[in-house]
Amino acid sequence: MFEASDLNERNRRVERLWRLLFLVMTVLLIVPVVVILSVLIHKGGPVLSIDFLFTEPVQGMTAGGIFPALVGTVWLVTVALLASVPIGVAAALYLSEYAPDNWLTRAINLAIINLAGVPSIVHALFGVGAFVLFFRFGTSILAASLTLAIMTLPVVIVATRESLQAVPQAFREACWNMGATRWQTIRRVVLPNSISGILTGVILEVSRTAGETAPIMFTGAAFFLPFLPQSVYDQTMAMSLHLFVISTQVPGVPEALPFGVALVLISMVLAMNAISIAFRMHLRSKKKW
Amino acid sequence: MVAAEPQARPLLEVRDLAIRYGDTLALSGVTLEVQKHEIFGIIGPAGSGKTSFLRTLNRMDQFTPSMSVDGEIRFNGRDIRRWRNVYSLRRKIGVVFPLPVGLPLSVYDNVALSPRLGGIKKKADLDVIVERCLRRAALWDEVKDRLDSLGSLLSGGQQQRLTIARALSQGPELLLLDEFSIAVDPVTTMRIEDVLKELRQEITIVLVTNLVQQARRLADRTAFFLTGECVEIAETERMFTREVQDERTRDYVEGRFG
Repeated sequence: MFEASDLNERNRRVERLWRLLFLVMTVLLIVPVVVILSVLIHKGGPVLSIDFLFTEPVQGMTAGGIFPALVGTVWLVTVALLASVPIGVAAALYLSEYAPDNWLTRAINLAIINLAGVPSIVHALFGVGAFVLFFRFGTSILAASLTLAIMTLPVVIVATRESLQAVPQAFREACWNMGATRWQTIRRVVLPNSISGILTGVILEVSRTAGETAPIMFTGAAFFLPFLPQSVYDQTMAMSLHLFVISTQVPGVPEALPFGVALVLISMVLAMNAISIAFRMHLRSKKKW
Repeated sequence: MVAAEPQARPLLEVRDLAIRYGDTLALSGVTLEVQKHEIFGIIGPAGSGKTSFLRTLNRMDQFTPSMSVDGEIRFNGRDIRRWRNVYSLRRKIGVVFPLPVGLPLSVYDNVALSPRLGGIKKKADLDVIVERCLRRAALWDEVKDRLDSLGSLLSGGQQQRLTIARALSQGPELLLLDEFSIAVDPVTTMRIEDVLKELRQEITIVLVTNLVQQARRLADRTAFFLTGECVEIAETERMFTREVQDERTRDYVEGRFG
């Protein structure tokens, strides 16, 4: 009575096949990540020490630590965040909460998506033209960070807009029907329920700029500069450029050194991601609807 | 000679109202008046334009870009599209939707939100308003010990009463109810209906419902909407006593279609 028919059997076999295929693809995806991390840890691990992190490079960058580059990257990412987050969040608020749904808004949305696809070297040249030369910031942290900020603006806007749109429309209408203005609604209902998503999304996206090389190498990052920057008008070393330089431009660098630098860089980004994800999980657990 | 007391002006006067979504006509030719302290029922099958009608009364049509409204609506004698400050209009009109919308705030903050938006800051004043509105919505006894817990975690019936309390906290002159009992159990529905009967002393209510008997229990007068047309407006009891003008009304009221 309940015997499986031939068709049932075939469906079951096909089902197993698909499942296997998807599993294989997923494993393939993980392989490069695991390989990269294990190579870095294996080859770069021995170089790591407190001294490595907190001393300057010496002997033409073939020895010593990475302190100026580490500090420089923190400067660059921080200033870039300070510039891109207010502008990006404000733009996303306008697009999501105020803008009427017309051709202009749709064109702007399309432009933002396309902006995210502009190659970083193009942003770099834009940064040279706009910030270094036109605004006369010179090659400086300010110029480099603004270039990074322009580059990350689209992702900041998209991440913010997604968080805003996750707030149910019914909440907004209920609030508007009480006579609340758009801003009162944003302030009392929309932002409190999306701020966590906005922050985590933004941190996640911007932490990626720590690894960018092209946009900063013409605008503010220095080849070798054994001093810490004193203000945003100074040049600085940066982890990403430093890695590029000691891997390709400087002869006689011990093999382990670039791996050590890469390991520190990737750890910085992963640490920011981990914080951001932990933050998100914490806030999700308190989700209010 | 004492002059006869002048006829009170209706709270709502609607003339030749037509509502379109893009090119589609959703409702047309509606002319009606709602008196002060009246419960005005609107019945009709799905898609008859009841909700669209309700949405135009406090200019919710602005929330739907494709929605356009022709005709005239006067609230307290003033054309609602000439109100320069639409927010002050909306404050005078409370709205309750079919599905309760408990904002993700505490019970207290849900009810205190509108007074706060209106500039009331003192805790003592807010306490008074919150308690009064929750009592009038027949919810106070159930939530008085957990005013700080989330409004969105109350049960469906409680949330709907919270929504009503919130609408009352605006101090509205007019309350719009759109099929409020859809997500509410029968016992709670009866409690809310009792609340509405009491509220009639103070405010005016427009009640859209797909329960014919609910209109009969509550409404002083009832309008019957059908496929974008207002077929008939009458004293509610007359609608149920075969004294109807239009056969379609009788068929609907007696459950022969819809």
